[in-house]
Amino acid sequence: MSGLLVNDSRREVKSETVDDDMYQENILDHYKHPRHKRALTSCTFQHHEVNPVCGDMLTFYVDVANGMITDISFSGHGCAISQASASLLAEYLYAKPVLVLEKLKPEVLYELLGITISPGRVKCAMLSFVTVTKAYENYVSGKKTDTKIKVK
Amino acid sequence: MSINTVYVKKMKLTKNTNRVKKKNENVVDSTFKYNQLAQKIKKDFPLLMSSVKPLFYLDSTATTQKPEVVIDAEAKYYLTTNANVHRGLYTLAENATIQYENARAQVASFINARSEEVVFTSGTTASINMVARMLESQVREGDEIVVTIMEHHSNFLPWQQLALRRKAVLKIIPITKEYTLDVDAARKIISAKTKIVACTYVSNVLGVINPIADIIGMAKKVGAVSVIDAAQAAAHIPIDVRKLDCDFMAFSGHKMLAPTGIGVLYGKRLLLDSLEPVNFGGEMVKEATLQNISWNDLPWKFEAGTPNIAGAIAFGKAITYLQGLPQENVHQHLRELTTYALEQMQKVPGVEIIGPSGGNVVRAPVISFTMKSAHPHDIAQICNTFGVCIRAGYHCAMPLHTSLAISATARVSFYIYNTKEDVDMLITALRKVNEVFA
Repeated sequence: MSGLLVNDSRREVKSETVDDDMYQENILDHYKHPRHKRALTSCTFQHHEVNPVCGDMLTFYVDVANGMITDISFSGHGCAISQASASLLAEYLYAKPVLVLEKLKPEVLYELLGITISPGRVKCAMLSFVTVTKAYENYVSGKKTDTKIKVK
Repeated sequence: MSINTVYVKKMKLTKNTNRVKKKNENVVDSTFKYNQLAQKIKKDFPLLMSSVKPLFYLDSTATTQKPEVVIDAEAKYYLTTNANVHRGLYTLAENATIQYENARAQVASFINARSEEVVFTSGTTASINMVARMLESQVREGDEIVVTIMEHHSNFLPWQQLALRRKAVLKIIPITKEYTLDVDAARKIISAKTKIVACTYVSNVLGVINPIADIIGMAKKVGAVSVIDAAQAAAHIPIDVRKLDCDFMAFSGHKMLAPTGIGVLYGKRLLLDSLEPVNFGGEMVKEATLQNISWNDLPWKFEAGTPNIAGAIAFGKAITYLQGLPQENVHQHLRELTTYALEQMQKVPGVEIIGPSGGNVVRAPVISFTMKSAHPHDIAQICNTFGVCIRAGYHCAMPLHTSLAISATARVSFYIYNTKEDVDMLITALRKVNEVFA
């Protein structure tokens, strides 16, 4: 095993080698200036989710009229990835037919994010997706929509 | 050349050498007397030395890295000694038993206990769950179980669940504004109604070292059983269960260089003798008939099933390794490193230390913090790009975070192999966080 020992000179790290791919301009912009971030006082359906690992919290509010999403918003707090993803998703869903939620796939959100999500951050990225799809599912099945359900 | 000239030249040379030597010493000695010692220790840890990308491992509070001697001890057991303990009559099995029991004796002496008071478990969590089950029948409706707000979930949930099952009351000792345990509140909360006091020795979030002897004293005074979570403390503080006089203590091997899956439940002999086992199976019985059963002697009464033999042996090796280090120097280095890190971190704009941050506070090398610019997850992510391994989240202490109204924190922690260079790289990474999220 001693053959694996490496000289300490390898400790010199240059900042150019730092990979900040996850924090691209678009993500940081949505994090710092989130779109649709407010609580709706009345809406067709809403749902609250928590990521128990990091404490991120998100509530999505969706207002529907004539089968169209006429208003959508979110509230909560969390890391740059979870907040940017909520902002991007709300922006994407706004003014779309509510049926879009029926077929919404994680791939859509990944595409909106446009970055490689490391395994440790998948839950952060997907919190908005889980919240909004669960809100819709509960709405369709007529369940109470504001229950706390942990993200698996 | 006259003798005189030679003499003068020699004088000059000596003078110069002295000056150079002094200068070098100054560089090393200014703040970190023992940084070289830590650098040397680091070389004993293959993972820290072998990674392709430089690694600045600052998450030893979660689990420590393992020195080569410990990894070798575990492998050597499987290569040369593997057999089940306390069963076979062949030499191989006898050797396995001897090594396993020697490891127990080592752990016992490490905490100044007797061998029969050291029950091997899979770790702190298993130990605390087990002692909670062992004490269950003694808890009655309306009794009180006291814990602190700074507990790790493993010393919180077993008691919360026990209280729920027995309709007992769970009482919580708060912390002060200075993040230390509120001892005055503890004095009021621990009463004649208290049956169990479960308290951590060192907080895995705040880094504070609790006045554990005082807490144990309060429990003793009212006749309550004291259970001490020493998961963090065992790695940093010399432990003497006789002196502390606690009833139970739990800790894990993996937070002090040993492999995962091996831990200890210490219990006073008289208590262990009087309590019933909660796990049943092989090894823990002397005699089992259809009608009767007699439990095995201590500590085997509480070790049902085949234990983690290799883990225990490697745990023994880890203790040998730790005891072979110059104790005072290592502790001094960790104190200096913690002070330096606290100073440097607070120079980074927006950093707030969640825990005592003054220069004079005696604390463990565990530092939780938040940054104005970024969420702890994002801090950890950016640190990772520098090879700096830090933790972000609740650190399994959600009640504490909730009470502080903080959704999450980032955490760095140090151990015997961490150097000034590790802290410096952390600071570089934290400055980068501010750059990215400016």
